[in-house]
Amino acid sequence: MLVIVDYDAGNVRSVQRACQHVGMDAEISADPAVVAAADKLIFPGVGSAESAVETLCDRGLDEAIKSFYATGKPLLGICLGLQIVLEHTEEGDKTCLGLVEGASERFEFSDRSLKVPHIGWNELTINRPHPMLENIQSGDEFYFVHSYFARPVNSHHMVGTTEYGDKTFCSVIARDNLFATQFHLEKSGALGLKLLSAFKHWDATC
Amino acid sequence: MLSKRIIACLDVRDGKLAKSVKFVDTKDIGDPVSKAREYYEDGLDELVFYDITASSDARDIMLDVVAQVAKQVYIPFSVGGGVRTVEDANKLLWAGAEKINVNSAAVKRPELIAECAHAFGAQNTVLSMDILRVETSREFPSGYEVIINGGRTPMGVDALEWALKGEELGAGELVVNSIDADGTREGYEINLTRMISEAVSIPVIASGGAGKPEHLLEVLTEGKADAALVASMVHYGDYTVSGLKQWLHEHGVKVRLRY
Repeated sequence: MLVIVDYDAGNVRSVQRACQHVGMDAEISADPAVVAAADKLIFPGVGSAESAVETLCDRGLDEAIKSFYATGKPLLGICLGLQIVLEHTEEGDKTCLGLVEGASERFEFSDRSLKVPHIGWNELTINRPHPMLENIQSGDEFYFVHSYFARPVNSHHMVGTTEYGDKTFCSVIARDNLFATQFHLEKSGALGLKLLSAFKHWDATC
Repeated sequence: MLSKRIIACLDVRDGKLAKSVKFVDTKDIGDPVSKAREYYEDGLDELVFYDITASSDARDIMLDVVAQVAKQVYIPFSVGGGVRTVEDANKLLWAGAEKINVNSAAVKRPELIAECAHAFGAQNTVLSMDILRVETSREFPSGYEVIINGGRTPMGVDALEWALKGEELGAGELVVNSIDADGTREGYEINLTRMISEAVSIPVIASGGAGKPEHLLEVLTEGKADAALVASMVHYGDYTVSGLKQWLHEHGVKVRLRY
């Protein structure tokens, strides 16, 4: 069963609808036992990482996601779901899941014309091939909404990057059976649905 | 590099697509669900539905329209009109909206912005402002006034002050809608848009007056808008979303072309 983790951080129903559109039935669940036992897991999220991490821990979902990741089955993180797989976030100074070494920090620009949050469509640059990205090319645009960005320690985990102002930030992380995007693939039109469709077929053997 | 967004605004009255000029003369011009789908397939970046239904009994029709759109359209989708409480907003989010636009009710009770930002996140809370040009005075130092209830009721609130207050209360984006320009197809209110965009640090969506591609170019460059809202010019078939984007691209504006 494909499970979408529900921890009161954003529109899980949008993700569920997009899954249905590409032929995947998904169950929305806040139950750690269901999450840990899923065949495939989507870890979405928008909003504040601070309250998101608190809710995850209160519900025991942090441990459930970690044990799911340890099984080697496919895990897809979206937006906050990319930031929270790192070790730490500057947002509320919170310890995160630590599946990937690194931390999230806030966008700071001296140029006031660069708005924060970073909202809108921006280009993905693919740094290395990945089975999830087979039908996607560098320059394809996806929909972003975020004020913090991920900084993984190991550049090998940084599969995709995006530019905003003078900053090149990590927009796709991949490590073993984890694939995570900073952008909202459920709101990125046909290209986003293509990525979701790739997740349907991805067995996480690479 | 971040693209400038083209957002289509669909005013919905009793479940039908409607369009006004200067907020009056509203006419029914089609089915909002099929229009939304058509624009989505033609490369639209974002969709706004605004419920202008007069009676509150017809609100459920809107929920049904929102649900139908959400099943077919996979780009950001915000809904507004008549949102007075977090409860109203929740119904729209449950039906399938992504972001909530607050307008009149927030002018009357500004805490609504903070309540929505707290409940759904700032990024999903959009403050929509209907603005009329007035004489610059002590009451209206910016020379623009906020008007509520579909352009009917002045509230004695200065537009620039209200934009800054909205940002402070937690709005994640601002829609700057000029009543003077609405439906005229004579161009956006450039001065108003630039003034607000330069004053706030959140994205600004320009609204009202788009009639030619040149108007979009002007507001996205000189007007410093992050996104341009279009209605009449695409609803009546004079322009297509993809045609507008191609034209903007040829005139040096970064827009999303592959979809």
